Amino acid sequence: MKESTIMKIHYGTALASVGLVAVHILMRLTTGFADSLEYENVLANYRSVPYVVMLELILILLSVHGFNGLRVILLELKQGRVYEKAVSYGCVVAMIGLIGYGSRTIIMTNMGMV
Amino acid sequence: MAQVSSTVGEQVPTLLSASKSILLRISKFNPELDESSKFMEFTVSYEKWTTVLEAILDVKKHFDHSVAVRYSCRQATCGSCGMLINGKPRLACFTKISELDSDVVTVEPMNNFPVIRDLTVGFEKLFDTHQKIKPYVIRDDTELESDQREFLQSPKEVEQYIQFANCIKCGLCNSACPTMATDSSFVGPQALAQAYRYVADSRDKGKDTRLNIIDESHGIWRCHFAGSCSQVCPKGVDPAMGIQFLRGYLLGFRN
Repeated sequence: MKESTIMKIHYGTALASVGLVAVHILMRLTTGFADSLEYENVLANYRSVPYVVMLELILILLSVHGFNGLRVILLELKQGRVYEKAVSYGCVVAMIGLIGYGSRTIIMTNMGMV
Repeated sequence: MAQVSSTVGEQVPTLLSASKSILLRISKFNPELDESSKFMEFTVSYEKWTTVLEAILDVKKHFDHSVAVRYSCRQATCGSCGMLINGKPRLACFTKISELDSDVVTVEPMNNFPVIRDLTVGFEKLFDTHQKIKPYVIRDDTELESDQREFLQSPKEVEQYIQFANCIKCGLCNSACPTMATDSSFVGPQALAQAYRYVADSRDKGKDTRLNIIDESHGIWRCHFAGSCSQVCPKGVDPAMGIQFLRGYLLGFRN
């Protein structure tokens, strides 16, 4: 993939994350911050499909943005063909792993398995 | 002209004229012999108009002819005498001692370049990256028709790139760039500014080619926009601005 395409995704995920995380925080404030973190309330949030979709989107956006940022930092830190390939593929694998694990948590909680 | 009165690590404050004097510290390093650089100190008298290069050349002439320094035009045109002067990348021929406002003037080789000896650095990478971005007008019709004159441009079209055509390839921008300090593969502000110089030229048809060259993992996107390249340019070129304009093309904000 071209670096400009990657960076467009990088900037796009940053902007979208800011918007969605703002909605997420505002929703925490609607019920009072302490109450919103009560175990039952958290579970109730996960049962709401629109909210779960938003959490999944935040997870994907932040993972894509974060791991690309990490890739860029590591590429600037050291250079070399093998190292750069390892960093690039490693970041993609780690990103997929994190999204997979987070999605598993979201889906299991939504389906009442927790 | 500067006059010199001491050598090798010790100061002998014997001035040869009544003008003011400074302590000139010159970095000495031969990568083939030395493990690290050391400074040699000379007390140098100077006039209001004495440049750092003149002071170094006087040291070379009167006390230590082994001081390695690259220079040619002495008028900020050839871009040969770039070095760190009191920690900042500058042209030695374009920096007057009196302007530094310091009793001690320290000269070192530029950062982010391999040291050949003392103040002289290797420019191979700078010239390679400069060449990589195809620094010439690219056109399909390379031959002019017999009834044509030169490729004409309006003053407005010239304004788009003329500032960037002032680059003298002195390397000060690359020396000041914080990304170049860590990313040895980074294409650098000098090459990027020159890429913009030709992309913005109305006679040129190689925009897509150049944008493809700089759109790679160690290309334009690694610039953090520190802006230090623009601060140190002795010719008033603003590489940081050129880089942002190039990003505009790649992000689709400019055509």
